[in-house]
Amino acid sequence: MTTTKVVLRFPPELTDQPVTYKLIKEYDLMVNILRGHIIPKEEGMLVLELTGTKKQLDRGMDYLAKLGVETQRLSKDVKWLTNRCTHCTACTSLCPTHALSIERDSMMVDFDNDKCIACEMCITVCPYSAMEVQF
Amino acid sequence: MKTVEEINEKIKEGKALVLTAEEVIDFVEQKGSKRAAEEVDVVTTGTFGPMCSSGAYFNVGHSKPRIKLGGGKAYLNDVPVYTGFAAVDILLGATAVPDDDPRNAVFPGQFAYGGGHVIEELVAGKEVRLTATAYGTDCYPRKKLETRISLADMNEAVLFNPRNCYQNYNVAVNLSDRAIYTYMGVLQPRLGNANYCSAGQLSPLLCDPLYRTIGIGTRIFLGGGVGYVSWQGTQHSPCVTRTDLGVPRMPAGTIAVIGDLKQMDQRWLRGTSFRGYGVTLTVGIGVPIPILDEDILAQAAARDEDIVTQIVDYSEAYPQRESGSLGEVSYAQLKNGEISVDGKEVPTASLSSYAMAREIAGILKDWIQRGEFLLTECVQGLPSSDSGIVFKGLQEKPLRAQNRV
Repeated sequence: MTTTKVVLRFPPELTDQPVTYKLIKEYDLMVNILRGHIIPKEEGMLVLELTGTKKQLDRGMDYLAKLGVETQRLSKDVKWLTNRCTHCTACTSLCPTHALSIERDSMMVDFDNDKCIACEMCITVCPYSAMEVQF
Repeated sequence: MKTVEEINEKIKEGKALVLTAEEVIDFVEQKGSKRAAEEVDVVTTGTFGPMCSSGAYFNVGHSKPRIKLGGGKAYLNDVPVYTGFAAVDILLGATAVPDDDPRNAVFPGQFAYGGGHVIEELVAGKEVRLTATAYGTDCYPRKKLETRISLADMNEAVLFNPRNCYQNYNVAVNLSDRAIYTYMGVLQPRLGNANYCSAGQLSPLLCDPLYRTIGIGTRIFLGGGVGYVSWQGTQHSPCVTRTDLGVPRMPAGTIAVIGDLKQMDQRWLRGTSFRGYGVTLTVGIGVPIPILDEDILAQAAARDEDIVTQIVDYSEAYPQRESGSLGEVSYAQLKNGEISVDGKEVPTASLSSYAMAREIAGILKDWIQRGEFLLTECVQGLPSSDSGIVFKGLQEKPLRAQNRV
């Protein structure tokens, strides 16, 4: 089984389609919705954690591509700007997955991209604009 | 017993023993405080945190023909500056925001750019836009000015911070049912997190808690350059309760600092944005402490375990100016990442960077060891725990009828 995090962008004409339902029912994927922003008739965005065999994942991604949903791997989208970070640690207690953590000896912040679910909490709390999300 | 003069002689000869406020802890443990006090000459401290009462004043030079900014309006990158001085002296405050910034109209506001950011950009060597309007006089006929300007173009550029370097600070928590956006960061409801803001055992005024060496005229590391303590800071409140070692158990002393902005470094002066609150400047400060006797050494060697502070609710108690602490914790507990409040385990985080405070103490140590930075004897001490100073709240008084027009 493999788990992957993807950002889906829906064109306006697809926002009323049951895409998540089909990923589960027809492609047998485990779907965890991490974040969503969908308004009918406007462009929609979903951040999903998909779990399945490699084959199931490939078929699911194929289905999305054919449907016209733009997909992008999530981990590349959150950037830690190390030159802006002052290692104040304000982000670390609010990061829900501990992707942002403190190395206690150095008291420096570390960012583990793989754990990030792009909830954007760090964007809100970072006083130095050291975290950036690009969808 | 040593004097500052004797220590400076040793610094010039390259023979002074200089340790950071972290290193001195182990040194005292190994050697005992008596012997350590004889051997150690200087302890260096550091802090790097948001300090709102910061700003800079500039003399921008006279345009041709001349303009009198005094009494007019002036902006640096759209951030308003104070013009109520002579013709071309302006004062920029760290918390100023552009007139057209939406502020908290859409809550919580972003506060992406303000005075602190202008200071950071200038220190980085960038040009900013100076725009001004004036009323025009016979000797200053011009009414409008628009130009690019950098620090190098200005006559004087002076960082002048009326209150920096708070000696100890509250731990902020939120007892309410909604997230709140404060100068202590975003605080999640029902004790979701706890934010603190001090370098603890490295923090300058916590290493000289009774201000025995730090005073007016003390030469310091300021924003990556050299600066001076110019006065006690505003809200200087030395008469709070203290531990046996003399360390205040809550926010207490402060210092006002001054220094030539042109020799400072962007790394140590950073524009800072607190969501829903506003803009400020994060300032790096390091203060050297001459080890004149055993008591001064013992205080400089205080450990995070020995330094405590109060937990304060920022949803109700702080905004309503109600006193009251939800508990006392040490910086050792805070730095471990979790404290207990009302029986609940609460994750902690800092707004002040310990890593960068450590770096500052190291840089200052290096400057002193290389003989580039000599210590000063202060011209006058700061008011201490025996001064009787009371930190007053504002007592509002009704206006008289004739003032109410």
